[in-house]
Amino acid sequence: MALVRLEGVGKTYPNGHVAAKGLDLEIHDGEFMVLVGPSGCGKSTALRMIAGLETPTVGRILIGDKDVTALPPQERDIAMVFQTYALYPHMTVRQNLAFGLRMRGAPQDVIDRRVDEAARALALEPVMARKPAQLSGGQRQRVALGRAIVREPKVFLFDEPLSNLDAKLRVETRAELARLHRRLAATVVYVTHDQEEAMTLGSRVAVMRDGFLQQVAPPMELYRRPANLFVAGFVGSPGMNFLPGEVMPAATRKAGATLGIRPHDVAIVPRGAGDLDAWVDVVEPRGSELLVYLRLGTSGDGAELRVVAPPEPAIEAEQVVAVRFDQGRLHWFEGESGKRVG
Amino acid sequence: MRKWWPTLVLALLVIGSAFPLYWAVLASFTPEARLFQAPSLLPRELVLEHYRALFTERNFWIPIRNSLIVAGTTTAFCVTIGALCAYALARLQFRGKVVLLGFILAVGMFPQISVVSPLYLLLRSLHLINTYPGLVLPYLTFAMPLTVWLMVGFFRQLPAELEEAAMVDGASRFRAFREVIIPLALPGIATTAILTFVYSWNEFLFALSFTLGPDRQTVPVAIALFRGMYQVPWGQILAATVVATAPVTLLVLAFQRRIVQGLTAGAVKG
Amino acid sequence: MLGADRRSGIEQQEARLAWRLILPALVTILLVALFPLLWTLWESLHLHDLRMPWLGKPFIGVDNYVEAFRDPRFWSSLGHTGFFAVTSVGLELIIGLGLALALNRAFRGRGLVRAAVLIPWAIPTVVSALLWRFMFEGESGIVNTVLVSLGVLREPVVWFIQPVAAWVPVILADVWKTTPFVALLLLAGLQNIDASLYEAARIDGASAWRQFRHVTLPLLKPAILVALIFRTLDAFRVFDLIYALTGGGPGTSTEPIALYTFNALLQNLQFGYGSALSIIVFVVTFSLAILYIRFLGAELTGAKR
Repeated sequence: MALVRLEGVGKTYPNGHVAAKGLDLEIHDGEFMVLVGPSGCGKSTALRMIAGLETPTVGRILIGDKDVTALPPQERDIAMVFQTYALYPHMTVRQNLAFGLRMRGAPQDVIDRRVDEAARALALEPVMARKPAQLSGGQRQRVALGRAIVREPKVFLFDEPLSNLDAKLRVETRAELARLHRRLAATVVYVTHDQEEAMTLGSRVAVMRDGFLQQVAPPMELYRRPANLFVAGFVGSPGMNFLPGEVMPAATRKAGATLGIRPHDVAIVPRGAGDLDAWVDVVEPRGSELLVYLRLGTSGDGAELRVVAPPEPAIEAEQVVAVRFDQGRLHWFEGESGKRVG
Repeated sequence: MRKWWPTLVLALLVIGSAFPLYWAVLASFTPEARLFQAPSLLPRELVLEHYRALFTERNFWIPIRNSLIVAGTTTAFCVTIGALCAYALARLQFRGKVVLLGFILAVGMFPQISVVSPLYLLLRSLHLINTYPGLVLPYLTFAMPLTVWLMVGFFRQLPAELEEAAMVDGASRFRAFREVIIPLALPGIATTAILTFVYSWNEFLFALSFTLGPDRQTVPVAIALFRGMYQVPWGQILAATVVATAPVTLLVLAFQRRIVQGLTAGAVKG
Repeated sequence: MLGADRRSGIEQQEARLAWRLILPALVTILLVALFPLLWTLWESLHLHDLRMPWLGKPFIGVDNYVEAFRDPRFWSSLGHTGFFAVTSVGLELIIGLGLALALNRAFRGRGLVRAAVLIPWAIPTVVSALLWRFMFEGESGIVNTVLVSLGVLREPVVWFIQPVAAWVPVILADVWKTTPFVALLLLAGLQNIDASLYEAARIDGASAWRQFRHVTLPLLKPAILVALIFRTLDAFRVFDLIYALTGGGPGTSTEPIALYTFNALLQNLQFGYGSALSIIVFVVTFSLAILYIRFLGAELTGAKR
């Protein structure tokens, strides 16, 4: 298996819309690279360019040291799982799985062997003779996966494959995908808008926004040391709190910067024992923890602050408490660019 | 009030649509002498003389054969060539696409009368007057735009991701077209074929202008030109209309839903 | 390092394939449609009367057109065409709308109604013309018999001998044959209207008429316009129906422009003059089409908002 490289890749459409710009990305052999970002950030475009379904207007794409920028998809040795699965409705599951190998002229015994292996691995044996319309959502997803696996490609591309599943199935399939990745030792490029998926699946995550790469790093680094305001706010749930730098005493604050602190890194303490006073607005009990919405200050109209607190002691709404920030977990972002400064 | 007026309207519709046909069928079994005397709504006397004369004296088989060959050939040719063209217009990206589609539609709106004379001269110089190719060729003027227009609509309805998946799987564009798109578009292609066949079967002006005699005339022309010795042979004419109507009626009854789909597909999309 | 050579490979491959797929159809169309049309245009600028071949084929510029504009038969045929178009399309729209509204309610026997509606559309126009001719023919055709016995007429009318009366079977035959098509188009448009809009209107207290005026009609506009385009263009090109029903008669009182052109070309063999008439027909039809399309295009993009 090889690595994928994007060098200075950009895509501008004829109508002037810039979908992606200045993408420099290296995906190592065996890596699970997740492209994540809000709608319209360019992640799907980037994936499609790797697949060959779109051509970059600038830059090069290399798969395993071969410059594939001008090559059509069928010559790139990649496999793709689409958001809507795109199973061939008029073919049986077996025919769907065999299609790719048939197109490449593989001998029949090779086709049969690989198809049977994939069917076994994905528990599709009972439905091999059925057509996609007769399958459940989960089964269709597995057929889409099987179609990719059977090809034994250099790179697997996933375009938001879980977004059509309900929440429970999504979590189950996520685990299965992780297992599959380990077993096949495959190189995967995975696109999603769900930051939780990105964090749990990716060995490295590339956050995108408005066509640009914001940060490429392993999940924990994104969490602990986000490169800018956007990444900080995007990763982690509930999202990071952003407060004007002035709330901190002059000694600790950085000039003109915004303070970021995660809800998990704030503790609620009795008045007088913390860094700032705050008014408790809403308390959401979540079983294993409490999600507390506070407003800084004593009058209930200061900046909003979200805190995740242990279920005990109970916290009542409409009272003033104090909050203490974990000093080792403060993030500072420069005013204009949002870049991290500390 | 609200409840029964639709049913009444529909009953009137069915009667109104069916009556002229019923009347023709009835008359075709009525002896010539009685045709214009005291008509009655129910049959009084039924005879087969008109039908017999139709097939023995007038050899009505011949126009039927001609129509089948011409309509069939036109349909086969247009559907195959048109499918390729329609696929390119529906799915592939290239410059001038919009202009081309507009051009093809525009041609479909040409009044036939405006191209009759040069086609006549062209066919005459190619010695194709009163031949089968001499009819199929002019028929392409309206049949080709029709097939392309209809099939572009049908191809557009298929999700683009299917071809993308096929290409990623290793198929070239054309192979994806053959193995994935065509099988899925077959219903639409069938509808196109049916509509093209009906329009070709019913065509009159070109058939009238480019044929000379009974051996190559199509059904509509043959019927319109029925001449009797002394008076208009209504009995035979009506028998001929019944025979002429039978194939298209069967097509309609068998493929109603498809036909409606095809007729409205182009229209509703605008 | 801009896009110019980037478009090589995949995109050029695609464009090449596209043109290869289109070429057969395009060549065919150019050969049998565009080329003849241009030829007709060329012919219309010459004197070319096949009855008088010794005159040759001199170039006479727009003289044929001038002759047409001075030709009373030309103007009356144009008038007939206009009258036919307005009357039949108008009737077809109104009746078709009524039919569509009735068909829109779910009911049994839909297949029967659909068949009844499609068969008139499916039979050749000349055949339907002959059916109607038969019904109106002579003094004891079924129409006369029924009208007389119902007291509507005092005595049977000989329809095809009177210039005005002859239009009745013509209009009726056209309405019979093509109203189904209009009804189907409008029905498809009706079915695209969200049912919840009617519910909201009903809750707001709108009567059936009000619902029709403020919900149905505005949302049906695109479909109505499409039906209008197709039908008007067809009506302007009418030929088969009148050829078989009245032959343009009595005399030339029901002769539409297409039939007059046909006579000029293939009966009188006046190729130059007939070609000029052909071009006029083409220009009229085309201008109508463009007018409609511009109108409809505005409607569609406006509605999409």
